[in-house]
Amino acid sequence: MNRSLLLMNRSLLLKLLSAAVVFGAWEIAGRIPVSFGFPTFFESMLALANMVGDGSLFEAYSDTLRPLVIGLIISAFLGIGIGLWIGLSSWFDWLVLPIFIVMQAAPLAALIPLLVMVYGIGLTSKIFVVCIMAMPVIVLNTAGGVRNAPTNLKEMGRSFLGNERDIVLKVIIPSASPIIFSGLRLGTSAGFIGAILSELKITPTGVGDIITYSRSIADYPSMYAAIFSIIVLAVLFLNLLERIERWLFEGNVRGYASD
Amino acid sequence: MNVLGIRLPGMSSLILWGLLWEAVGQFGISFFLPPLSAVVATLYEIIGTPAFLKALSETARAFLAGVFFAIAIGIPVGILMGKNRLIDELLLPWVNIFLSAPLTALVPVLMVLFGFGLKSIIITTSLFAIWIIILNARAGVMQINRSLIEMALSFGASPWAAFTKIYFWAALPEILGGVRIGVIRAVKGVIIGQLLISIVGFGALFELYSANFLMSHFWAVLLVLFALAFSISEFLAYLERRVDYYAAKR
Amino acid sequence: MDMHRTEAGGVPEPAVSARRISKTYGHVEALRNLTLEFPRGQLTSLLGPSGCGKTTLLKIIAGLLEPTSGEVQVNGAPVTGPGPDRAFVFQDFALLPWASVLRNVAFGLELRGVGRTEREGIAEKYIRNVGLAGFENNFPHELSGGMRQRVGLARALAVDSQVLLMDEPFSAVDEQTRRKFQEDLLGLVAEENKTFLFVTHSIEEAVYVSDQIAILLPRPSRVSDVIRPSGLRAKDVADIRRDPEYLDIVDQIWASLRNYVE
Repeated sequence: MNRSLLLMNRSLLLKLLSAAVVFGAWEIAGRIPVSFGFPTFFESMLALANMVGDGSLFEAYSDTLRPLVIGLIISAFLGIGIGLWIGLSSWFDWLVLPIFIVMQAAPLAALIPLLVMVYGIGLTSKIFVVCIMAMPVIVLNTAGGVRNAPTNLKEMGRSFLGNERDIVLKVIIPSASPIIFSGLRLGTSAGFIGAILSELKITPTGVGDIITYSRSIADYPSMYAAIFSIIVLAVLFLNLLERIERWLFEGNVRGYASD
Repeated sequence: MNVLGIRLPGMSSLILWGLLWEAVGQFGISFFLPPLSAVVATLYEIIGTPAFLKALSETARAFLAGVFFAIAIGIPVGILMGKNRLIDELLLPWVNIFLSAPLTALVPVLMVLFGFGLKSIIITTSLFAIWIIILNARAGVMQINRSLIEMALSFGASPWAAFTKIYFWAALPEILGGVRIGVIRAVKGVIIGQLLISIVGFGALFELYSANFLMSHFWAVLLVLFALAFSISEFLAYLERRVDYYAAKR
Repeated sequence: MDMHRTEAGGVPEPAVSARRISKTYGHVEALRNLTLEFPRGQLTSLLGPSGCGKTTLLKIIAGLLEPTSGEVQVNGAPVTGPGPDRAFVFQDFALLPWASVLRNVAFGLELRGVGRTEREGIAEKYIRNVGLAGFENNFPHELSGGMRQRVGLARALAVDSQVLLMDEPFSAVDEQTRRKFQEDLLGLVAEENKTFLFVTHSIEEAVYVSDQIAILLPRPSRVSDVIRPSGLRAKDVADIRRDPEYLDIVDQIWASLRNYVE
């Protein structure tokens, strides 16, 4: 392998090395073992392969993803709608924004027992948990993006005789869309936290069920495998969103500068 | 917003929402929402009780310990990553993964490994806070103006002097920004930890209240929690603004 | 252009006139009682040190800002907001980063409700005119600063307004590009029968491109002098900078401005 190829692959090689070190440490720690509840890396991967093989993992995910996807769709529509309204109207901003600022700072997970009391232990509660976790950041990002749309572009729209509606649709929303999209990504990340939390706290279903059940029968490899899979799924999905974001808004980020 | 030429202060609409809450509660629209006045009265009742103080002190201890470890480990690791490319390339993928991963899924593991007590909650709290602190400290070091460092070196600064007089101060706004977001995440982490390991702190209190349908007790605790979380976040934002002046002028 | 020459001194009647304009922001006085006329078909520069309110005046004429008192008239009609008779060229270009060059140039027409085929045809013509043929489908971030400002210029030309308002249009491009722009601008003034209002802080630029230079001074903002170079228009663009009149006017302006430089 020549030198330039080596340099080109440096980052990939280091990533592989870094993964090998971490998984190797996991394997060794599991073999010592550091704790009765700490299986080796290969045991866990074997358990994961088994769950994939007998299809139980896919069944579990169809349960887990339902509240997550429904909750995220609701949060996206409602969150962007409310955010746009806040960004465009000063009285609505005054009225509603503080609620979301408090929500963003507050540990909303504490509402879960209340949601269970009101909506029971079914799908509704879980959707609610996803929504309260995901929505604040979507609302705040959308409102911020709309409010901080570049003044020069808005002035340009006005000076070329754009009416209010044209300026909102053709200038403000497109210029806010990178920030709105990154709000969606952050909201999705928070939604994953909420979905898992609700499966662990409200009723064990889906992946939460695998985690809880295998813990109760001390099948630790399966438990680790399930946790591993949900983290991988979340990270892959969020990475995908980030790539889409970069691809969609590549020019937006660089195009403002008058360099 | 302006009404009759007077600028209404930023968070003043919360008063309106409080009044709305009171009205909805007074009309008895929902059993689950007692009037605000009743909640505040209950708050007075329980705020001095041993059960509440115990929950508060347990939570505060877990929170402070978690934040302490997150800062004490996170900032040096972040600075190291910013200064050393090899360490950066080895660690950055993991930091990014754990920054966005659903960390709630790891709590059962912590329960298995570290028991159902304070230790697991402290680790949960640290896990929620540490990644953004690392990332911001790293970013802070990486964006330091090269000419500042060259200036220090050209005036004969030793590496240690360059570190304490330039690196730390130049990266401070980003580091503080990371700490602020990290602390807000830690508040969420400590509550999530307590909910899942529900035999300590506010987690236990919530279980007790919701099992007995003590709605105004429940809301009173929520109110305290939210107010504390909001005050912490505003206080940190205030601190951050105080160093902002030189962040803008670099 | 002769048809506009109504006054004895050869100054055409004004296309734009600002009358007793004042503008205050809170306690800050940006403009006080400023009166100025802009002859039709000519280029008038607003020249002055930073803080003298030249961009404020331009934005008031554009209808983007409202004066605290006073009135702007364009072709005898008072300005109440942005109008089809004026087009603006922005200092920082103000291009839509998510839109292609073609859409950016056509954007003014799009906002006026011109149909797609028609507006894109017009835009293509002006893209060719400013020398950007072949870049129709590129995005702003793929262009250099100079090319971006050509897009901004084409957008303003495409709506075919009688008055072109240019806010330090060349200040964000490098010196060579700037000189080329200045030459092209002279061509544009000669060809297009439009009135140009041109804000700049460069004395040389103002003298080079202008039929009339209004020197604005700060604290309080006022027009201190109006200079009309007489013999420069007839010269070849390459000779202007060596012309004695050019050099004299540059010196004269610098002498009157130097006291206001901090």
